[in-house]
Amino acid sequence: MARSVTPRRKLLNTTVAWAIGLLIFFPILWTILTSFKTEGDAIAAPPIFVGFEWTLENYRTVLERSDYGRFLWNSIIIAGLSTVLGCMIAIPAAWSMAFVPSKRTKDILLWMLSTKMLPAVGVLYPIYLIFIELGLLDSRAGLVVVLMLINLPIIVWMLYTYFKEIPGEILEAARMDGATLRQELLYVLTPMAIPGIASTLLLNFILAWNEAFWTLNLTAVNAAPLTAFIASYSSPEGLFFAKLSAASTMAIAPILILGWFSQKQLVRGLTFGAVK
Amino acid sequence: MATKASRSAARIMMAPAVILLLGWMLVPLIMTLWFSFRVYLPLRGGDQGWAGFDNYTRFVTSSAFWPSVQTTLIIVLGVLAITVIFGILIALLLDQPIWGQGVVRILVIAPFFVMPTVSALVWKNMFMDPVNGLFSHLWRFFGAEPVSWLSDASMPSIIMIVSWQWLPFATLILLTAVQSLDSEQLEAAEMDGAPWIKRFWFIVLPHLSRAITIVILIQTIFLLAIFAEIFVTTGGAFGTRTLSYLIFQRVLESQNVGLGSAGGVYAIILANIIAIFLMRIVGKNLD
Repeated sequence: MARSVTPRRKLLNTTVAWAIGLLIFFPILWTILTSFKTEGDAIAAPPIFVGFEWTLENYRTVLERSDYGRFLWNSIIIAGLSTVLGCMIAIPAAWSMAFVPSKRTKDILLWMLSTKMLPAVGVLYPIYLIFIELGLLDSRAGLVVVLMLINLPIIVWMLYTYFKEIPGEILEAARMDGATLRQELLYVLTPMAIPGIASTLLLNFILAWNEAFWTLNLTAVNAAPLTAFIASYSSPEGLFFAKLSAASTMAIAPILILGWFSQKQLVRGLTFGAVK
Repeated sequence: MATKASRSAARIMMAPAVILLLGWMLVPLIMTLWFSFRVYLPLRGGDQGWAGFDNYTRFVTSSAFWPSVQTTLIIVLGVLAITVIFGILIALLLDQPIWGQGVVRILVIAPFFVMPTVSALVWKNMFMDPVNGLFSHLWRFFGAEPVSWLSDASMPSIIMIVSWQWLPFATLILLTAVQSLDSEQLEAAEMDGAPWIKRFWFIVLPHLSRAITIVILIQTIFLLAIFAEIFVTTGGAFGTRTLSYLIFQRVLESQNVGLGSAGGVYAIILANIIAIFLMRIVGKNLD
């Protein structure tokens, strides 16, 4: 509903919008700035905004802590594998729901969504117990499976809404020309669906990366990702603002950058196509 | 277009996703239900037989129950009020022609991508720390006594942290809805001399009502389950123990699985009541 306005009004709107934007972004900006300070400058009173001595010391310290790399690697593996695995299971399901819909398709979609609403804390102990029984506690494999399952409904939904937009006639034409089901999926559908699949991968990678209930409760040392690494700073002895900031910046930077590319998909993915 | 062959192929292709989710839903759910009727203390004798409805009555009659319900409601309602009201205002502002709109959008959305443990810790230490936090500097600058935010004003602090995380989500969805508003209708109203408050109340707000409902429902489901923000900041102390956190403590900290599971069943029922409303809206949209 954007309309033309007077330059003066535009200037006022711009000023207010930038002020609000910067205010909301400020905690992140402040974290990034603090990560380049010495510990002394980080707690200086009054606070120093930019006129401090910039240093990479904190990053060096955090990286030298032998464990940081492992947490990062765990995050990448867990978020990456759970997303890819989820897509591999969801693509055929979304394909069949979008192109061969039956009377029950809608019910199945809604039911899948409802599994997403199950409060994690309600099933914490059973999962915990199953993990112990299967030796999955504190293992990357276990977390990959759990994160894949909690994101699977969103993945199916997003893919479904993207596939719905592909005209069925094209697939039908391919079939008329004698394409087998496998060929149809691989050479006709997939190329057209790549943008949608890419957005789905992206958003779910972000969601898995930031997931902080199962990653905190089902890991200890070996499989703990960055969410748990950062949480370990909550103990008082870990209270070094500059190092905390450096660790935080490294944990969120990759996702902030990916997130900026996925803002459009965010609405579709998290409202299940209900807001367009 | 669907042939018989493609129908059965479709069923096979859907099977892995359906079976996995069915297992993921049913197995833990049945186990939770089972445990909720047992006296089950893993560290103090294990499974000690049937409890009947004891766990259910004990969970709701314990002194921690009602405060936790109250805490949960205050956090959910507080965050909803802040994110929806500011979300609408920011969405309307971002919809106006402004310079550098793309950049402002990015700035506003950014908090959503920050992992919960990071945002909780950054707020807790760098802003709310009573000695070195930015707020304490600000308070001292104005000659006021710094506040120990997370102990003396624990609830407003948690609400503030969680609102910061969820404001981008509300704004983004409301902005999407605002942008689909037909500007001709607004211009007509403007020419007819309707003041902005009337234009907002009678044209913009009704148009947004669906998006607002969806924001409220989705956020409620996520807010009922917030965990990391409390785990990292107060650990449930200072009156910030929500229902989910209480259940978590019963199950993992005091290892009373029977009692915790009964609490879990309550939480599942509560979430389902809200989910039903959300499903209705989403379902309508599928036709």
